[in-house]
Amino acid sequence: MSKGVFEGVKVAEFCWIAVGPASIKFLADQGAKVVRIESTTRMTGLRATPPFLDNKPGLNRSGAFNLFDPNRYSLALNMQHPRSMEVAKRLVAWADIVAENFSVGTMEKWGLGYEELKQINPGIIMFRTCNQGQTGPHAKVLGFGVHLQGLTGYTHLTGYPDRDPSPPFGTYTDYVSMLFGGTMLIAALEHRRRTGKGQCLDLSQFEASLHFLTPLILDYEVNRREANRAGNSCPYAAPHGAYRCQGDDRWCAIAVFTDEEWQSFCKVIGNPEWTQEPRFATLVGRKQNEDELNALVEKWTKNFPPEEVMTQMQNAGVAAGVVKNPKDIFEDPQLKHQEAYCMLEHKEMGVYPVYGKPFNLSKTPAQVNRPAPCFGEHTEYVCREFLGMSEEEFDDLLVSGVFE
Amino acid sequence: MEQQTKALLSSLRVLDLTEGGSLLCGKVLGDLGADVIKIERPGGGPSRNIGPFYHDIPDPEKSLFWFAYGANKRGITLDIETTDGKGIFKRLVKTADIVIESFPPGYLSGLGLGYDTLSEVNPQVILTSITPFGQTGPYKDYKGPDIVSMAMGGYMFLTGDPDRAPVRISFPQADFNAAGEAVVGTMIALYYRGTSGLGQHVDAAAQVAMIRWLQNSVPFWVLHKVILKREGPYMAGSSAVVPLRGVWRCKDGFVAFTIFGGAIAGKMMPPLLEWMEAEGMSDEGMQKLKRRQWAEFDMACGDAEVFNLMQEKFAAFFLTHTKSELYEGSVKRNIMLAPVATAKDHLEDKQLKARGYWVKLEHPELGTTLTYPGAFCKASEISCSLRRRAPLIGEHNLEIYQQELGFPTEELVALKQGGVI
Repeated sequence: MSKGVFEGVKVAEFCWIAVGPASIKFLADQGAKVVRIESTTRMTGLRATPPFLDNKPGLNRSGAFNLFDPNRYSLALNMQHPRSMEVAKRLVAWADIVAENFSVGTMEKWGLGYEELKQINPGIIMFRTCNQGQTGPHAKVLGFGVHLQGLTGYTHLTGYPDRDPSPPFGTYTDYVSMLFGGTMLIAALEHRRRTGKGQCLDLSQFEASLHFLTPLILDYEVNRREANRAGNSCPYAAPHGAYRCQGDDRWCAIAVFTDEEWQSFCKVIGNPEWTQEPRFATLVGRKQNEDELNALVEKWTKNFPPEEVMTQMQNAGVAAGVVKNPKDIFEDPQLKHQEAYCMLEHKEMGVYPVYGKPFNLSKTPAQVNRPAPCFGEHTEYVCREFLGMSEEEFDDLLVSGVFE
Repeated sequence: MEQQTKALLSSLRVLDLTEGGSLLCGKVLGDLGADVIKIERPGGGPSRNIGPFYHDIPDPEKSLFWFAYGANKRGITLDIETTDGKGIFKRLVKTADIVIESFPPGYLSGLGLGYDTLSEVNPQVILTSITPFGQTGPYKDYKGPDIVSMAMGGYMFLTGDPDRAPVRISFPQADFNAAGEAVVGTMIALYYRGTSGLGQHVDAAAQVAMIRWLQNSVPFWVLHKVILKREGPYMAGSSAVVPLRGVWRCKDGFVAFTIFGGAIAGKMMPPLLEWMEAEGMSDEGMQKLKRRQWAEFDMACGDAEVFNLMQEKFAAFFLTHTKSELYEGSVKRNIMLAPVATAKDHLEDKQLKARGYWVKLEHPELGTTLTYPGAFCKASEISCSLRRRAPLIGEHNLEIYQQELGFPTEELVALKQGGVI
């Protein structure tokens, strides 16, 4: 097994929920030592997110946390305790990167703002991410994914035009943001490798997320058009949609762009008479009669399981894909092939999946080999092995009650 | 903090063969300072046909999609399927650090330009491939336009109204996700190259890029054998008692707002109820709500009556205000509420303006200046900036072929007439 690219890189992760940890995971999967500093007074929402093993809530039993956060060590520190800063500052001195994604001002309140970190460790990289950035009139505006999906425009763009918008499931902007977060973390590490210099990174999830919508911003600017949600329709393809198939809530997406694909599509569905009607012969005709076309397509798809529709279409060169439900995803052969999930033995969960390889690197593939940590599982290990505390030092802190 | 920042990747050259959403990968490397050369087929690549268009004129030099993701790149034309084209491409690869491509798996190898060949030409080169499903595996040859990737990545099943077909986000997103992962993979490969001198092949794909969006839905299947359902404008799994809205109608659109319990309710509900009362809502139902101890409100135990009462009152209140009135009023009162914004709202957003987010780029041939999203991240030492509008077709052919690679004029003329450039 190759050495991880970031072997030797040390991260003190003052993070919770999604964007911070997901950005850091790129480093953890390449051998960086990542210590999550956790506290029950500021518990990561993911540890409290259902489902729980056997339906019994517990810090180490969340299906979500244990999926998202493998490959790190957990140190449980009571940040309200007068001696917590002794430990926190040791971590800062040890680390190459301090990551945080709390609401703006939290780190400063603890005395862990960038200026203070630099005093302790001049070469430190501080990675900060929050909804709207560290500065500006809305820096302290609080919100969850549902709010940021609204603010960034994704909610407006999802659903049917004749209905209320449907927010994208979950917290889409988190996953857009973590891509830019991972990128900047590595950029800062590269800069440090070359120059020895640290720096402060301020990732506004609002700003990062708009980069996946730039053409629509230009469209408003130039054409004064406010793009709207359009169901599944595409201005230059028909049929283009998710079509009901055999079974309960089973669907297959089909997209026909070219004449050739249209001919192949017709052949797959057995060239029924309606496909020969002139109004369906051209893209413009199919777009003009799209509702009827969709109904006719569905008349065919609903007789088959979606897997069969997909296979028949793809074999004929027509783009199609099962609308995979969470079960399908977990069992998906392509995702298995790519090791998208890894099964690891977890102390409380037993054998349980964690997110595996986000992409493949031919010489340095991601190594996801340790399950998500139990709460405070590595407090002593981190203090003794990473921070170099003596037994007496650690015991003294332990007795003081600074650890949770 | 920008003045002393440096362009991190300014010594690097990227050859960008991608089209569509995959163009984002090179754009981001360009933002970090790399010299990105977009290679298009003679006459211009297919991404120039993606709308919307400048003043709605469908013209390859007026695609706003191209403007967005062709920015920070120089542009040349080259047909890599021709023998001459292949030779020129290899010459370029000798000068390059990174090659990005989004062809179907095996296409470049078929031309004799696969990773093995490129790494013989230049052992340090990083080849980054972006596809719907990946370079290997059972679905590798499947076609994957946005709607197919969104379906196969599991996202669509969970999004949309329960009584209609699952929906995608109307502006295609899948390829951007793959391209974003590709940037991270490329950065890891660059760091590795910096310490080892070795290039490698980065294989990023849209389907796998999207599974993280699925949050706790896969765990629900793994642990409870439960398949979550889509709930339209309601919040999936927010309360067992009544469906709770995440999106609400207001005077000029929608706002995002959800009912919380516990400490958040303790902070948010009193100022919100006071605000509503100050604007004349004070009937029996409002009094009932005002009397509650919100910090003790437990979402799991709340009865249907109180949820329904809250939803009725909030719905009525939100309808009396615009999204910007509700947003500003909520910001003042520390209430978690956001507008369901559009591009218009973004351009008017106070926070984005105050942080200097927007960047203007001149488009001299259109006689205009356009405003673009700027840095995706603010950094104290390295710059993340937009410097160059997207190139015109073959705009840098002379600059690159003649001035940088030293092709004599006669040869260029021959290559042009031969349809190579």
